[in-house]
Amino acid sequence: MTRVIEYRDALNEAMCEEMRRDQRVMLLGEEVAEYDGAYKVSRGMLKEFGEKRIIDTPISESGFSGMAIGATMVGLRPIVEFMSWSFSLVAADPILNNAPKMLYMSGGQFGCPIVFRGNDGAGGQLGSTHSWCVEGLYSNVPGMKMAIPAFPEDAKGLLKTAIRDDDPVFFLESERLLSFKDEVPEEEYTIPFGQALVRRPGSDCTVVSFGRPVHFCLEAAETLAKEGISCEVIDGRTIRPLDIDTIVRSVKKTNYLVVVDQSWSFGSPGSEIASQVHQHCFDDLDNAVVRVHSADVPTPYAVELEQAYLPNAHRICEAVRSVTYNA
Amino acid sequence: MSVANTSIGTSHLTGIVPATGDSVARSLPDKTLLEWLRMMVLIREFEVRTMQAYQDRKIGGFCHVYIGQEAVAVGCTASVEHPDPIVTAYRDHGHALARGMDPKYCMAEMFGRIGGCAKGKGGSMHMFDRDNNLFGGHGIVGAQTPLGAGLAFGTKYIDEVINEGTSQRVTLCFLGDGALNQGALHEAMNLAGLMKLPVIFIVENNGYSMGTSINRGTTMADEITAKAKAYGMLSAQIDGMDILNVYDGMKAVVDQVRSTPCPAFVDMRTYRFKGHSMSDPRKYRPREEEQSYETDDPIAKLRDYLFSQKLFDEDRFKAMSKEIRGEVRASIKWAEASPPPDVMEELYKDVYVEEWGPYNGTSEPEMLTDGDQRKEEG
Ligand SMILES: Cc1ncc(C[n+]2csc(CCOP(=O)(O)OP(=O)(O)O)c2C)c(N)n1
Ligand SMILES: [Mg+2]
Repeated sequence: MTRVIEYRDALNEAMCEEMRRDQRVMLLGEEVAEYDGAYKVSRGMLKEFGEKRIIDTPISESGFSGMAIGATMVGLRPIVEFMSWSFSLVAADPILNNAPKMLYMSGGQFGCPIVFRGNDGAGGQLGSTHSWCVEGLYSNVPGMKMAIPAFPEDAKGLLKTAIRDDDPVFFLESERLLSFKDEVPEEEYTIPFGQALVRRPGSDCTVVSFGRPVHFCLEAAETLAKEGISCEVIDGRTIRPLDIDTIVRSVKKTNYLVVVDQSWSFGSPGSEIASQVHQHCFDDLDNAVVRVHSADVPTPYAVELEQAYLPNAHRICEAVRSVTYNA
Repeated sequence: MSVANTSIGTSHLTGIVPATGDSVARSLPDKTLLEWLRMMVLIREFEVRTMQAYQDRKIGGFCHVYIGQEAVAVGCTASVEHPDPIVTAYRDHGHALARGMDPKYCMAEMFGRIGGCAKGKGGSMHMFDRDNNLFGGHGIVGAQTPLGAGLAFGTKYIDEVINEGTSQRVTLCFLGDGALNQGALHEAMNLAGLMKLPVIFIVENNGYSMGTSINRGTTMADEITAKAKAYGMLSAQIDGMDILNVYDGMKAVVDQVRSTPCPAFVDMRTYRFKGHSMSDPRKYRPREEEQSYETDDPIAKLRDYLFSQKLFDEDRFKAMSKEIRGEVRASIKWAEASPPPDVMEELYKDVYVEEWGPYNGTSEPEMLTDGDQRKEEG
């Protein structure tokens, strides 16, 4: 049985269910309690769980992230909400230097079961400092896991997995998807990390993405189908671990790959996938892998510039047409 | 340094001795006070029209208006000289106008047009104006506070080391009460205290950071100047709803910071009349509280003072307001007429000072070409 709910409520359900089954889980962040969440993701949670478990913090990302990491060392499993991942940059030291390295640095003594979550990516004319796609920046760090759901069902299932995971998980949501509605199972479920999903089967070109741009890929696939180009759209769902097998299997079939990644191109998940695919599918590829990223410039404010800057269906179509021209 | 506790008007100054116990503001030329009133009305009208334009979707992104806080930007700006640097947070339209930015450049920036102060690349939160020594609008809470220390370090260095003279400039660094809780501010204050930097951290204490009232967000909320004392800084608490008071208090602080030089911290008590940004139902604060502040309107206060001193009258006020409405309307017309930045020209421009490869501002943007194989530059 399923019902149709918003991405935002899928996240809310995941947190509530996990908090009901495990007292060690709590939520902290700016405006999460009394305001019901800056984006209403934690709506009603203060009422259900009380102020000891749903905690409003001051605008002190470095402090409260580090505090939550400290709390994991004595056994808690905090969820830290960043109003936006853009604001996590002031907490770069605790989230990159402490959380993902604790286990290794302590020779396996202290893990860090924590979830950092919040809006990632351009929210629409938010300008240079507020539009970060941190998947490029942060996925570079070993010891962390990164989930980036595109659909409500995944948002819930992956967040439950993240909360139960014993390692630090960076959970990247999208402000632009919070009100997106889709079917979500009624019954309890989790979705394992490291399993990509073929969202749309196809035979001519593989298109891989994660997070919000998956929707642009599906849109592009629809357009291209009318031109007779059949795209296989893969939703990666998690970036670390990366399900390269599903991608490779698809590329061996289609012989072409377009990677769509909303972060910048230099040293990104997109470049990582391209590199791994070149390695695994060297003889299967009929053209070089083509990547669609945000333009390699700071995010501009003006709507015309921002539209030209971001990946979109139009650019994905162009990329697929260009890579398959020799088909 | 003598640590005297002084008060002028409703301000409390710690370690600051004003030149005179009398109000300096009240003895300024009539023309000056009228200019202040004009500027406050201009900011108010500008922000009202900004809100309308936002509702009409002519402005996008995050947009924070300054209504209620006008006396702070105008009074503080008046207390320094034009070459003194100013840096602020994202609620920055008032500072830009008070610093002398033409309203049309400010409006065009929010409209995302090439005529904007940053060619439409920055938006509402990032008003920069080199000619007017306004060093931004910064969107990350607290980000501007180390920059404020840096501006002061820079001007002091130039005056003392390069020009072999004495430090001349004072930097005004504005921040919200929410920024009190960012590590960056505390590091900046310690540096400023250690290095005796001529910077004034002005907390525009409007009692809230989004939906969080100050006493839920920071310790010693009733006495935030205590934080500055720990860094060895001069401090003052000033009623920011009365511009005469703002000027008097700030003048004393500025004079001392300039002549010493040393840093200072101001708890500027104010109130934002509107929501945090354009989508805030303001459920976290009682309507009665809002009303009590609205009757404490900084514009009405100065206007009524000028009326009472017979320096101004109702008719002239109406005429002034009308003229300002025209000016703001004209800024909107101008912004609308200004074209959007050209994608080919602007997307890749201003990334590097020295243009190279794809960043020459004229090459076809990367995302409009498709395959990497078509591109020559790396
Ligand atoms: C580091 C960081 N965290 C969170 C935010 C989101 N945010 C923007 S404004 C704001 C409230 C700031 O309040 P305050 O400093 O009091 O300024 P005011 O809005 O009252 O002028 C928050 C939390 C941000 N911009 N930067
Ligand atoms: Mg505030």
